[in-house]
Amino acid sequence: MGKKLLIHNDKVPGINTLEVYRIHGGYSSVEKALKTMTPDQVTDEVKKSGLRGRGGAGFPTGLKWSFLAKPEGVERYLVCNADESEPGTFKDRYLMEKIPHALIEGMITSSFALGAKTSYIYIRGEYFYVARILEIALAEAYAAGWLGKNILGTNFSHDCFIQVGAGAYICGEETALLESLEGKRGNPRIKPPFPAVAGLWGCPTVVNNVETIAAVCPIINMGGEEYAKIGIGKSTGTKLISASGHINKPGVYEIELGLPVEEFIYSEHYCSGIRNGKKLKAVVAGGSSVPILPTELILKTAKGEPRLMSYESLSDGGFQTGTMLGSGGFIVMDEDTSIVKNLFTFTRFYHHESCGQCSPCREGTGWMEKILQKFLNGTAIESDVELLWDIQSKIEGKTICPLGEAAAWPVAAAIRHFKQEFLDIAKNKKFIDISHYNRLNKIVA
Amino acid sequence: MSNQIHGAQHFDKSKRLEIKFSEDVMQIAQSIISRYPQGKQKSALLPILHLAQAEFGGWLSPETMDYVASILKIKSIEVFEVASFYSMFNLKPMGKCILEICQTSSCWLNGAEDIVKYIEKKLNIKVGETTEDGMFSIKVVECLGSCGTSPMLQCGASYHENLTFAKVDTLIENYKSESKRKSYTDLDYKNTL
Repeated sequence: MGKKLLIHNDKVPGINTLEVYRIHGGYSSVEKALKTMTPDQVTDEVKKSGLRGRGGAGFPTGLKWSFLAKPEGVERYLVCNADESEPGTFKDRYLMEKIPHALIEGMITSSFALGAKTSYIYIRGEYFYVARILEIALAEAYAAGWLGKNILGTNFSHDCFIQVGAGAYICGEETALLESLEGKRGNPRIKPPFPAVAGLWGCPTVVNNVETIAAVCPIINMGGEEYAKIGIGKSTGTKLISASGHINKPGVYEIELGLPVEEFIYSEHYCSGIRNGKKLKAVVAGGSSVPILPTELILKTAKGEPRLMSYESLSDGGFQTGTMLGSGGFIVMDEDTSIVKNLFTFTRFYHHESCGQCSPCREGTGWMEKILQKFLNGTAIESDVELLWDIQSKIEGKTICPLGEAAAWPVAAAIRHFKQEFLDIAKNKKFIDISHYNRLNKIVA
Repeated sequence: MSNQIHGAQHFDKSKRLEIKFSEDVMQIAQSIISRYPQGKQKSALLPILHLAQAEFGGWLSPETMDYVASILKIKSIEVFEVASFYSMFNLKPMGKCILEICQTSSCWLNGAEDIVKYIEKKLNIKVGETTEDGMFSIKVVECLGSCGTSPMLQCGASYHENLTFAKVDTLIENYKSESKRKSYTDLDYKNTL
């Protein structure tokens, strides 16, 4: 078992309260930063740690922070992206639900580094009960003086607020999130300008994922260099993985980056193997938008090396034979799963969630869903596979925000690795959902 | 704004509620508005729409949206364009309990379709419909971040996870026995916003 830095205390009774959280060392990063460091030193530690954005893109956090414009007399904001909506991902929910103070502590320490007097946590509307947990934790933090005026007697004052969304995947894209926070439709903005220059209400803004902000606490506590020793290569530190699908033990696992994928799937410390003694068929390793990989490519790279849970190893081979770490939404499918039907659920999702601004995405996602529906009806013809490929290739790279790519990549990967399944349905004019028996079985049991 | 846009033709005028926040709800609304800088009160639109939806019958009628616009000093169209964008806002009346069943990948892998069929049969309505007594509506929704505890459904602010047919039976019975509650969309909303 590797090191745990974020959810090592998740089973401690009462860890959601300030009192217990403090007993287990909570808020020490705020003490250390505010009393012994300058904001730039905090940023430097984050840079040294090699921390990369945990929301999916994997951009170096310290670098993102250093882009923040700091004009005189203009407010700066930190916004936490808690709009976790990528299918297969539920790690932020777990972290906020179990240890809400870990996020609030990270918000304070990070805001100090950025010079932000106000921060907002934008949480998806469906996580209403989680927002409630955060509200209670915020109230505790205010009452104890961790938030508000002159924190710890220093001249740093900070206010943190929660805003709930209302059900829109697109608001996880940072500029759409800012639009939504301003009370508008979640339409992504054209970049540049980037939020670091013109973000919330036109002010310089940093938008970071929940897990990224929570990871700032152990980084400040242990120092950036120590943090960078954990993990492998440029994939430093630990990562929360949301494991779901046909595995024996679904749930959220904190892993040290660099753990072999095979160990993650089969070890009793993690997913504990495939349910009902079935064989592994495919894995979506980083949330619905990353390419699906068949067993042989998820366990080993094309070169035959063991595939590791790291940014570099998972993307080894590009999209031809690799995938991405993404948000860490790890969906496992057994041998009875229909890749076509699973792809249909993804494409329906992206069609539903497209904001409608750019025609390639708005029209393309709906068109792909219709074609996939034909496969499920048994009315698809062989050339529909080509058509699907053609449509996805015309969405990728032609939209304002990455939702276009997110919708196109799963389609491309399913065809790349499982083309025969599509062709068989087209040839037999029939779709039989063989995974049905398996699923029903689980429910009755 | 025409009634047709909002689907308000389904709305029974005789049952119309007075569209005005009570004093304590108004206080909550004001405290939400105070979270944003002067002049940026429009930012409070999403939370206040949640509040209004919970207060005024579980959906956003044209009157409700006009009222929210007046509180935030913005145009009605600015409210409507937002209300129509986000899937949690209902633009037509719904049942008291909206059973929102997740249907995306992990939930599908674990039998969400069977759960949908089972509930449809049990309540004798289809997805998108409401029972005659106005008690239950069935909706299918996209990923709610409960993939490791699938299949699941959401009702109001509550998550019901690791569903089995037996669990569905129990939760529907429970909601029926609590049917006096005004609306299940308001569970905990007021205390949180």
